[in-house]
Amino acid sequence: MNENINQQEISLEALQRKDKAAFAQLVAQNSDHIYRLALKMLGNPQDAEDILQETFIKAFNNIDGFEGRSKVSTWLYRIAVNESLSLLRKRKDNLTSIDASFETDDGDILPRQIIDWCCLPERELISDEARHYITEAIDTLSDANRATFLLRDVEGLSTREAAKVLDISESAVKVRLMRARMQLRESLTDFFANKLAKESA
Amino acid sequence: MNHEHDHQTQQHNHEHSHDYGHDHQLPCKDILTNLNAYIDGELDNALCRDIETHIKSCPNCRIVVNTLKKTIQLYQMDGQETTLPDEARHRLMTRLDLDDYVAKE
Ligand SMILES: [Zn+2]
Repeated sequence: MNENINQQEISLEALQRKDKAAFAQLVAQNSDHIYRLALKMLGNPQDAEDILQETFIKAFNNIDGFEGRSKVSTWLYRIAVNESLSLLRKRKDNLTSIDASFETDDGDILPRQIIDWCCLPERELISDEARHYITEAIDTLSDANRATFLLRDVEGLSTREAAKVLDISESAVKVRLMRARMQLRESLTDFFANKLAKESA
Repeated sequence: MNHEHDHQTQQHNHEHSHDYGHDHQLPCKDILTNLNAYIDGELDNALCRDIETHIKSCPNCRIVVNTLKKTIQLYQMDGQETTLPDEARHRLMTRLDLDDYVAKE
């Protein structure tokens, strides 16, 4: 991938006069991110590709309404997240997610399992089986928590940017992120504790 | 061998950090409250140092912090490996009528 192209600033003015080269550049810079977000939100490549296409079509059609108060990439994420959430709502025969965390009265989330699996060898942590498990574990998060986790920890958005994408407060982003992280930690602990037991057996 | 503490005990321990037999300056509860901010490097230096001191002498909090960091790291690695397949990229460009701009390899 060409890093220079990827870092060039795209002129909003060019996008708004529907300059094709500018749009192509917008797509080049953002399509991997949008696809990844959609794939992790929806769990299947076909849906992710549909969301990717929809996102850019909506962006092209609505670029006039984009006021440039946030980054274009933030705006694209927002379209993609909303499209993903609405597809998930349509699919709602999918099982409702279990919130596996334990919360204290003041909102802290208590860890359930204290097992140190960090010492497992790298080959265990990134084995095909582990990676498959890691991919599936994220689907057990609620849609809202999953979106927050993906934006903050996988896409690397700031709390402020994630709040804009999700249209929620920064403190709500923090709460959701904590729940998501702690729940994933428990899920991975379930998996890796098993591996640890086998290692030491 | 199973290192797992049962859930009730864990809950109890986190409410009464002195049960570990260490005289922590910060209770475990404060570690939990600041966990996200600590991991994201958003805490001021003093609090950050207090947490590090606590973690050194409290194995449970240390394990929670380390496994939480590792969890995030594994998802980041997984994310970095996920890219748009070439065929899907071509279909996208066609759909957007941007075929002329498909990057030449
Ligand atoms: Zn502690």
